[in-house]
Amino acid sequence: MGIFHHFMNLKAVYIHIGWFQMSITNLVVVLSMLLVFGLALVLPFPGSKKGKGQK
Amino acid sequence: MSTGIEKEMWTTKLRKAWQKNLPVEKLLPDTQPAYVASWIYMFGVATLASLGVIIASGLWLSFEGASWYHYSSVGHFVNSIHFWAVQFFFIFMVVHLWGKFWMAAWRGKRMMTWVTGALAFVGSIATAFTGYLIQTNFDSQWISYEAKDGFNSVGIGSKFNVTNFGQMILLHVAFLPVIIGVITLIHVLLVRSKGVVPPIDAFNKELGERK
Repeated sequence: MGIFHHFMNLKAVYIHIGWFQMSITNLVVVLSMLLVFGLALVLPFPGSKKGKGQK
Repeated sequence: MSTGIEKEMWTTKLRKAWQKNLPVEKLLPDTQPAYVASWIYMFGVATLASLGVIIASGLWLSFEGASWYHYSSVGHFVNSIHFWAVQFFFIFMVVHLWGKFWMAAWRGKRMMTWVTGALAFVGSIATAFTGYLIQTNFDSQWISYEAKDGFNSVGIGSKFNVTNFGQMILLHVAFLPVIIGVITLIHVLLVRSKGVVPPIDAFNKELGERK
């Protein structure tokens, strides 16, 4: 079934530091969301003229 | 024939309130304020787009049935579309929530917009949970047997029996989607009625202009 089938059937790997425990998968999702949030704030929006005659 | 002395019917009251709060120019606008030209304002509509894919793929799964999505390659594909659309739905909704939280989007009499958004979030968690319970595989068996202890411990296990497949599938494909659909519709209509929340500095300017 290929590499994806193999990858999807692996056991979850967890990070465990003291009270903090999270699977790598969930950590990747949370960090990606924070990255997307940060990028949405700083990346210029196509066609926007920020600062020039803003309504 | 109108004599002009009749009591106003509920339809009249509703029509007048609708026309006052949500005229068609507000319902279907062709322009938005300049501050909406930012990526952070895109996550609400991205959440709606994901919901559309979830509903379409969910309807397809419902018509074809469990044996189709477990054993056929097209079924696997549609099942995965449904699953990943849910992942993106939650990712977009949480980024939308963060954005709206940090711009204090409940300002300017938008409290109900915030409240309906919160209700949609909680309802979506319940819908996703019941979705995990009706996969008809060992994963759903494991989740339901873990969850039943949680539900019993808070005294609602007799009403929400998570090991009852019939109850869970009806909640997932009928009851909860209707609830989410209605809440989402109210949320979107409130956004149209009150307008997209301005940034905090623009909001102060807007208040000044209103006086």
